[in-house]
Amino acid sequence: MLPDLGKYALPVLAAYAAMIVLIFGLVIVSLKSAKSSKETLAKLEEKRNQND
Amino acid sequence: MSIWEFANPVRFMRLSGRVLPWLTGLMILTLVPALYWGFFLTPDDARQGATVKIIFVHVPAAFLAINIYFIMFVTSLIWLIRRHHVSALAAKAAAPIGAVMTLIALITGAVWGQPMWGTWWVWDPRLTSFLIMFIFYIGYIALWAAIDEADKAADLTSILCMIGSVFAIVSRYAVNFWSQGLHQGTSAPLIRPGEETQVSAVFWQPLMLSIIGFLLLFLVLLLLRTRTEIRNRRITALRAREA
Repeated sequence: MLPDLGKYALPVLAAYAAMIVLIFGLVIVSLKSAKSSKETLAKLEEKRNQND
Repeated sequence: MSIWEFANPVRFMRLSGRVLPWLTGLMILTLVPALYWGFFLTPDDARQGATVKIIFVHVPAAFLAINIYFIMFVTSLIWLIRRHHVSALAAKAAAPIGAVMTLIALITGAVWGQPMWGTWWVWDPRLTSFLIMFIFYIGYIALWAAIDEADKAADLTSILCMIGSVFAIVSRYAVNFWSQGLHQGTSAPLIRPGEETQVSAVFWQPLMLSIIGFLLLFLVLLLLRTRTEIRNRRITALRAREA
């Protein structure tokens, strides 16, 4: 249940929405690139070990 | 144990791998209650009404925006003097987090300013220096992306970071340097013994918790992103050996 924000509901909700969207986006991008680099490095290390 | 031992990428990966899950848990346990407290449990302000709830988002983001740039300044300086790669990569990892925090501060400031000041934007010293700092963040990220050779990119971005740090300092102290402008003085100064806060305790306590939560979020993202940058560097080295 949202608190009663009166006539300021729009700016308050907009501020929180902007914060959530931007932080969520940053977290998703960071996690995706972390996963991708971890997998790529694992493959390369495995290939290198096989060649050695 | 010397702090410089963590400049070794292997040691950094080992330690950060152990710390990251605990830090993530602590961040969630701090940030979620802080934002819930600020949004749901605080009363309206006598003058600002419900818009005062924006403080729990705006001030922590602005606090981080300035301090992340300062951290980048220090890590860039360490790179230029001691040539520790982890240091340069930590600065690179911190920049997008700083840019997002600056953008949050600018957006939430605009939507707060409109009902309180009657305008979304003014060329006020603090607002303007924040906008310039945001442009420096973007320029810093773009410069890293534009240069293929990692050490050269680290050198040039470090120099850009040094120049931009002037605006980070101006952003922090703009409200003290200039008396003109719409932006109020700092909302969250360091408390010294015998001094009272400028904000009522009913807002001050959730605000402090929110700042701690945002700080922990930054540390989690910084460690995660620095680990990614170290792995990417290793990937580049392995591919170069293969070629």
